[in-house]
Amino acid sequence: MSDRPLFLERASFRRRRLGDAARVLPVLAALAVMLPVWWLPAAFSFGAGAIALFGFWAVLILAVWVLHRALIRAEAATMRAGGESPGDSDWTGHDAL
Amino acid sequence: MPFEMLVAGCLAYVALMFGVAFAADRAAQRGHVRWLDHPAVYTLSLSVYCSAWTFYGAVGYASRSGLEFATIYIGPTIVFTGAWWGLRRLVRVARMHHVTSVADLISARFGKSNPLAAMLTLIAVIAATPYIALQLQSVSLSFEVFATQSPDGPEIGGGTALWVAAGLALFSILFGTRNLDADERHHGVVTAIALEAVVKLLAFLALGIFVVWGLADGPADIIGRISAAAGEPAREGWLLRPDRWTTLIIVSAAAVLTLPRMFQVMVVEAADEERLHVAGWAFPAYLFAMSLFVLPIAVVGAEVLPAGSNPDLYMLTLPQASGQNLLALLVFLGGFSAATSMVVVSAIALATMISNHWLTPLWLFLRRRPAGETPEDLRGFILNARRLAILSVVGAGWVYHQASGGTTALAAMGLVAFTGMAQVLPAMVGGLLWRGANRMGAYAGVGTGFVLWLAMIFLPSVGIGTSLAPAAGVDPLSFAIFLSLSLNILAFVAVSIFGFPDPVERLQGLSFVSTVQPIRHSRMARTEDRAEPLLVMARRVWGADAALRYFQAQAAAQGKSGYLPDLTPGFLTGLERRLAGSIGAATAHAMIDRVAGGMTLTVSDLMEVADEAQRAKEEAQRLETATTELERTARQLREANDKLTALSVQKDAFLGQISHELRTPMTSVRAFSEILKTSDLSDEERRRFAGIIHDEAGRLTRLLDDLLDLSVLESGNTQLTVSAANLHDLIERALSAASATRPERSFTIDRDLPSEHLGVITDPDRLLQVLINVIGNARKYCDAERPALTIRVLRREGNGPQIDISDNGAGIDTSRQSLIFEKFARLNEPARAGGAGLGLAICREIMAVLGGEISYLPGQGGAAFRITLPRKPPLGVARGGV
Repeated sequence: MSDRPLFLERASFRRRRLGDAARVLPVLAALAVMLPVWWLPAAFSFGAGAIALFGFWAVLILAVWVLHRALIRAEAATMRAGGESPGDSDWTGHDAL
Repeated sequence: MPFEMLVAGCLAYVALMFGVAFAADRAAQRGHVRWLDHPAVYTLSLSVYCSAWTFYGAVGYASRSGLEFATIYIGPTIVFTGAWWGLRRLVRVARMHHVTSVADLISARFGKSNPLAAMLTLIAVIAATPYIALQLQSVSLSFEVFATQSPDGPEIGGGTALWVAAGLALFSILFGTRNLDADERHHGVVTAIALEAVVKLLAFLALGIFVVWGLADGPADIIGRISAAAGEPAREGWLLRPDRWTTLIIVSAAAVLTLPRMFQVMVVEAADEERLHVAGWAFPAYLFAMSLFVLPIAVVGAEVLPAGSNPDLYMLTLPQASGQNLLALLVFLGGFSAATSMVVVSAIALATMISNHWLTPLWLFLRRRPAGETPEDLRGFILNARRLAILSVVGAGWVYHQASGGTTALAAMGLVAFTGMAQVLPAMVGGLLWRGANRMGAYAGVGTGFVLWLAMIFLPSVGIGTSLAPAAGVDPLSFAIFLSLSLNILAFVAVSIFGFPDPVERLQGLSFVSTVQPIRHSRMARTEDRAEPLLVMARRVWGADAALRYFQAQAAAQGKSGYLPDLTPGFLTGLERRLAGSIGAATAHAMIDRVAGGMTLTVSDLMEVADEAQRAKEEAQRLETATTELERTARQLREANDKLTALSVQKDAFLGQISHELRTPMTSVRAFSEILKTSDLSDEERRRFAGIIHDEAGRLTRLLDDLLDLSVLESGNTQLTVSAANLHDLIERALSAASATRPERSFTIDRDLPSEHLGVITDPDRLLQVLINVIGNARKYCDAERPALTIRVLRREGNGPQIDISDNGAGIDTSRQSLIFEKFARLNEPARAGGAGLGLAICREIMAVLGGEISYLPGQGGAAFRITLPRKPPLGVARGGV
C-alpha cells in the first residue's frame, strides 16, 4: 500500500469517477421512480404518469448505454496506459484518489 | 382460424425450437461458440424473466391496477442499471466458484453448507411449482380461446397441459442434461430461449402497434383514453398506492436476482461478466419494449371487447375479435414461447438444485462404501437424478394445475413466487458484501422470511388461512412483504453479529467479499497415495477421459509427468471448484475431504492460510519489483554489450595501430641495416645510417615503453612514489621539458605565479609526466599565429588543486572530444604529430591512479584541459609510498 501512488493518472481517475457514477445511477433511478408516487399518487396514476414513467425509463436506458460505453472506453484507456487491471480496483476499495 | 392450423403451427414451432437447440449444441461441441456467446444472445436469454404471467398477465394486471403492472419491470431495470458494479461482481464471484445455482452460491459462501442449500432448494421448489402450473395454465387457456372459437373445436380440457408438460420435460431433459460439465452451460437451451425471446417481443410489439394505430388513433388518443380512466369508478384500482408501488419494485428487483431461472441464465450460463456491458442497457430496453403497449392494450381491450371478458386473455381475444387471425397466431406463439422458456429454464435450474443438494448428498450418504471398493458411476447417477428432478418439477406443476383447477387461484402465483425467492436476497447480498455475515445468520434470516412468507403470502394464496392486514387502509401484500423482509434482514444481521463462523466459512467469506481466488487448505500426510483415490473420485463424476485429462494437465502444470499431481492446496482448490461445477460446492467439499483425508480446518490452519495469502501477496509485489529490476538489468546488460562490442572493435583497431606504428621504424631499421651490409660505404655514410637506425630503434623503444606503461597503469599494479612537492616547481620543470617539442615555436606563457606555490602530496614524477604531455600537446597542435599558453591553478577547499592548461588554437571538435583520451586517438595526421597517440590515454590512466582526473574543457577558445588532484592519492594504490 505504501508504494502505491497517492494520485492516479488521468485515465484511471476518469474510470474511477465513471465507476462512481455507475454506483450512484441505480440509487438515483430508484428514488426517481419511487418518490413521485409517494408524493402525488393521483397525478402519477394515469396518462401523465404513464408519459412521465416511460419517458424517464427511456432516458434511463439511454443514460446506462452512454455510461457503459464511456466505462468500456475508460477501461481500455487505463489498460493502454498500463494502469492497474480495471477488474480488481472496482471492488477492492479506493486506495488512491 | 381452424384449430388444426393452430396445432400445426404450434408443432412446427416446437420442432423449430428443438432444431435450433440441437444445432446450437452441435455448434458448441465443435467449438463454434463465438456467436453463441454473443452478448445479444445473453441479453435475449435474460428475457426468460418475462414468463406467460407477464406476457398475458401484464395486460390483465394493468386492466385491474393500471400503471402498477410496471413495477414488475422497473425493479429489474433498476438492478440492471447497477449492472456495472453489482451484477458484474456477482457473475465474477459465481464463475470463480463454479456456482451451479442460487442455493449453491449461498451455501458456498456460508461455508459450503449443504443443509443451507437444501433449505434454499425447498423454498425455490415451493415457490416455483405453482408458478410452473401458471405457465401450463396459460398455454391451455390460450388453446381454449382458439378451440371455443372454432365450431368444430375438439374437446381439449386438461389434455393440453399434460401434452405441453410432457413436451417441455422432454426438451429440458434432452438439452438440459446432456452433460455434466464443470461449467453448467447449456448452449442449446440458451439459444432456443434467445429465439423465443425474439418471438415474444415481436408478437407483443406487433399487437401493440396494431392496437395503437389500428384500433385507436395513435398515441395521443391512447393517452387521452388512459387519462379518461381517472374518473371512472371501474378504474378505482388504477390509483397508485405508494406502499404497493415501493414494495413491488423491491420484490421484483430481488426476484430478478434470486429466481432460479434468472440466476441460471444470468449467472450460470454467462461465459464471463463482459456480457453485462451490453445487457446492462439492452435488458432494460427489452423490458421497456415489453411493457410499452401493455396499458394501451388494456384500455382498448376494455372498450372493444364485450364486458366480462377475461382481461388476462385480451392479448388473444383482441386480435381475434378484430379478425386478425395471423396476428392472433403470432401472439399465441409469443405466449407459448414465454411459457415454455420459463418452464424449461426453471426445470433445469430446479433440477440442478434438487440433484445437487437433495439427491446426490442423500445417495452418497446411503451408499457410503469403505475405501478401496470399486465405486459406482456417480456421473450416471447425477444425470439420472437431474432427469428425474426435471420430470418431478414439471410433473408437480402439472399436478398442481390439475388440482387447483380454477383460473383465479393461479393469477397471483407470479407475485407469490417473487416474494418467496426475495427472502433469499438478504443472505445473498449480505454474503457478497459483508464478511461478517455467517451461516447461522443466513439460517435465521432465510428461515424467518420463509416462515413468514408461507404464513402470510403463500398459504393465503392457495386458500389456506387469510392474509393479515394490521389496520384498515394498509395493503396486506405490502405489509406481508415489508414484515417478512424486515424481520428476515433483522434476524440475519443480528445472528451474524453474535455468531462466530468456522474457518472454512471465514475463508469463503473472504473469497466472496473480496472477489479473490479461494484457497483450500488441508493438512495431508502421504500425498502420493491420496492422489489416486481423488482421480477415481473425479472419474466417477466426469467420466474416465475427462478426469484423466484434467489430472494429466494439472500434473503437467506442476512439472510432473504422468497422471498424479501433488496434492498442493492449489490443485485441491482447483479440483474442488471444478467438481463443484458439477455437483455443487458442499458435496464437492465433502467428497474431497473424505477421499483426500483432509482434516478439519482449525483456526490455526486459517492463520496459516492467511499467512500464505499474505505471502502470496508479498510474492506478487516482490515479483513486480523483480520485474522492474530485471528490466533495469536488461537495459544495463544491453549497454554493457554495446560497450563490449565497441571495445572489441577498438581492440582490433588498437592492434592494427600497434602493428602500423611498429612497422614504420622497423622498416627503416631494416632498410638501413641492409645498406650497411654493403661494404662500399664511406665512414661518414656508415655513421649516418647507424645514427638513423639508432634513432628509429629509440622510437621503437619509446613506443614499447609507452605501451608497457599504459598496460601497467591499466592493470592497476602501478607503484606510486608519493611525496610532497611544490606545484610551481613541477610546472616549471614541465614547461622546460616540453620546450624541446617543436622548439622553433615561441609561446607566450600566461601564468599566475603566486597561486602556483602550492604543496601537493602525490607522485611528482607521474604528475610531471602528465603536465609535460599536456603542455607538449599544446605546443604540438596549437595552430594559432601567435601561440599562447595559459596555466591557472586553483586551490580547492578540502581537496587537491585544480590545474587548467589551455592554448589559443582551434581546439578540438565537439564530436571528437570524447575520443582524445582513447589510445592512438591522434587527431591530426601522424606525420605532424610524430607520436604514437598514446599520450593522453596514459595521462588519463595516471590521473586515475593518482585519484584525480583529467578532462577536456570545452568552450575555452582553444584546447583546454583540466587536471584535478585529490588531497592525497588513494591509499590502496599508494603501496610504494613514502
